[in-house]
Amino acid sequence: MKISRHLALTAVGALMMYPLLWLVSSSLKPSNTVFTDEGLWPHSWAPGNYARGWTSLPESFEVYLTNSLIIVVLSILGNLMSCSLAAYAFARLRFTGRKLFFALMLGTMMLPAHVLVIPRYVLFDKLEWLNTYYPLLVPHFLATNGFYIFLMVQFMRSLPIELDDAARIDGCGPFRTFWKVIMPLCLPAFATTAIFTFIAVWNEFFEPLLYLTDPQLYTVPLALRQFMDSEGQSQWGEMFAMSFVSLAPVIGFFIAGQKYLVKGIATTGLR
Amino acid sequence: MTVLTRPRTEPERVAREPVRKKRQDRAAYLFLLPWLIGIVFTVGPFAVSLYLAFTDYNLLTPPRWSGLDNVREMIGDATLHQSLQVTFIYTLVSVPLSLAAALAVAMVLHKGVRGLSIYRSVYYLPSLLGSSVAIVMLWRYLFGYQGVVNNFLGWFGIQGPGWTSDPHFALSTLILLHVWTFGAPMVIFLAGLKQIPVMYYEAAAMDGASPWRQFRSVTLPLLSPIIFFNLVQSMIASFQTFTQGYVMSGGTGGPAESTLFSNLYLYQKGFGELDMGYASSMAWLLLMIIAGFTAVNFLAARYWVFYEN
Repeated sequence: MKISRHLALTAVGALMMYPLLWLVSSSLKPSNTVFTDEGLWPHSWAPGNYARGWTSLPESFEVYLTNSLIIVVLSILGNLMSCSLAAYAFARLRFTGRKLFFALMLGTMMLPAHVLVIPRYVLFDKLEWLNTYYPLLVPHFLATNGFYIFLMVQFMRSLPIELDDAARIDGCGPFRTFWKVIMPLCLPAFATTAIFTFIAVWNEFFEPLLYLTDPQLYTVPLALRQFMDSEGQSQWGEMFAMSFVSLAPVIGFFIAGQKYLVKGIATTGLR
Repeated sequence: MTVLTRPRTEPERVAREPVRKKRQDRAAYLFLLPWLIGIVFTVGPFAVSLYLAFTDYNLLTPPRWSGLDNVREMIGDATLHQSLQVTFIYTLVSVPLSLAAALAVAMVLHKGVRGLSIYRSVYYLPSLLGSSVAIVMLWRYLFGYQGVVNNFLGWFGIQGPGWTSDPHFALSTLILLHVWTFGAPMVIFLAGLKQIPVMYYEAAAMDGASPWRQFRSVTLPLLSPIIFFNLVQSMIASFQTFTQGYVMSGGTGGPAESTLFSNLYLYQKGFGELDMGYASSMAWLLLMIIAGFTAVNFLAARYWVFYEN
């Protein structure tokens, strides 16, 4: 019974991992044998795919990686700052309109993003923000993703309220209480937020597609898409090599931050 | 100093109360300031898009009120109907399949196996990658005419179709991709299963309940709020699928519009043809469809979701 369970779990796991393993293996095969050499272990090796893929797009690949990295880092920063501020107010302060605002925040979590796309595009066009990173970054600094606020509210509510009382008696105002008492205790929630933001922003395709048309500004997903446009040349090896380069940071973050990820989705259902 | 030691009289306290409240309000609104600005950039566009839905607008000239023209156009737009059909089929097939897979695997893992965390990681990882351009591109080649899947079928003497180039099969490859990402709901199920007290199972076993009966009478009811949550979340998300269709078809929604998700069609209309009034109409139609499905979910929940308290 136990062995058969392990066999079944391993078989399913192998099936799940197969596409990823195939990707890695194909990234190391010469382009002309990618679809004929059926084994995962390449008959002939072509590690040069990585070097050639790196430079085969209009810009060198580190340009795209840097662009993505800038956007990701600033988005994480924006989310952490704006969402933690809002979460503290919702979790710890009593103020007029608290219930209404909280309901509004929950409502925006459910709101499909596509309803806002056209007016926002028009607005960004009027602000002359097209082909800049502002449309991708500014929303993160304005706490527009309710999921992260919700995650932090849940976390802050689990901290004993006596902490705030003690801080107040010691003469701390709400800002110092937030900064000195609550923030340091919320590091696990911040880690979860940072990892989720990283993965979501790194993979994001729709918004960069919409707002960035200058190839020099392209993020990694937009860059990868260019391989499909130049398909006639069948640079499969190079394409799979760069695909793997684009996935590696996510896989790395996943391995490093597993604990926070699993906890994060278990408490909020975020994915 | 004397002020501090003076005993407070009753009227004074009453008078101070609103001041303190005002101070609290001011602090809270300062904390909320970024969010408050953000909400203006959410509620504003939300209202504007409703207005644009009844206009003819191409970004270059000001919107022109066109009444119900867009609605009439939608009723006769066969491509829109096709895109809705693609989105419905995708959602109604892939969401139940992936939730069933998630629950089944979570049940097995919950029984307690050695190396649980390794299995969990292996199953969970794909759900972080599933919507990335790299994986959708990979999928296109796995299922291509001379792709891995057909190579495999070839061992059994079967010549498979070009899964991604045949309109009959293209969408099903994307459904498979969705099922591949069952790890995210699985982790939520695992957390939920942990919450169920062991004594319920012990009591059921004492009464002679078979494992299947225990699953039906203990696990399912106690897990139903979480199943419900996953169901609502996944349906809302999958109605908004875009990247998969775009990358799989190179932005066309092909072959023969078989991967033309509603959001992809909206993108083509709004940003390809700059028919932004019509695209706004579609956005609201989709919003109402999603709201409708969510409402049905909530209504149906009364009959199958069980809350302990």
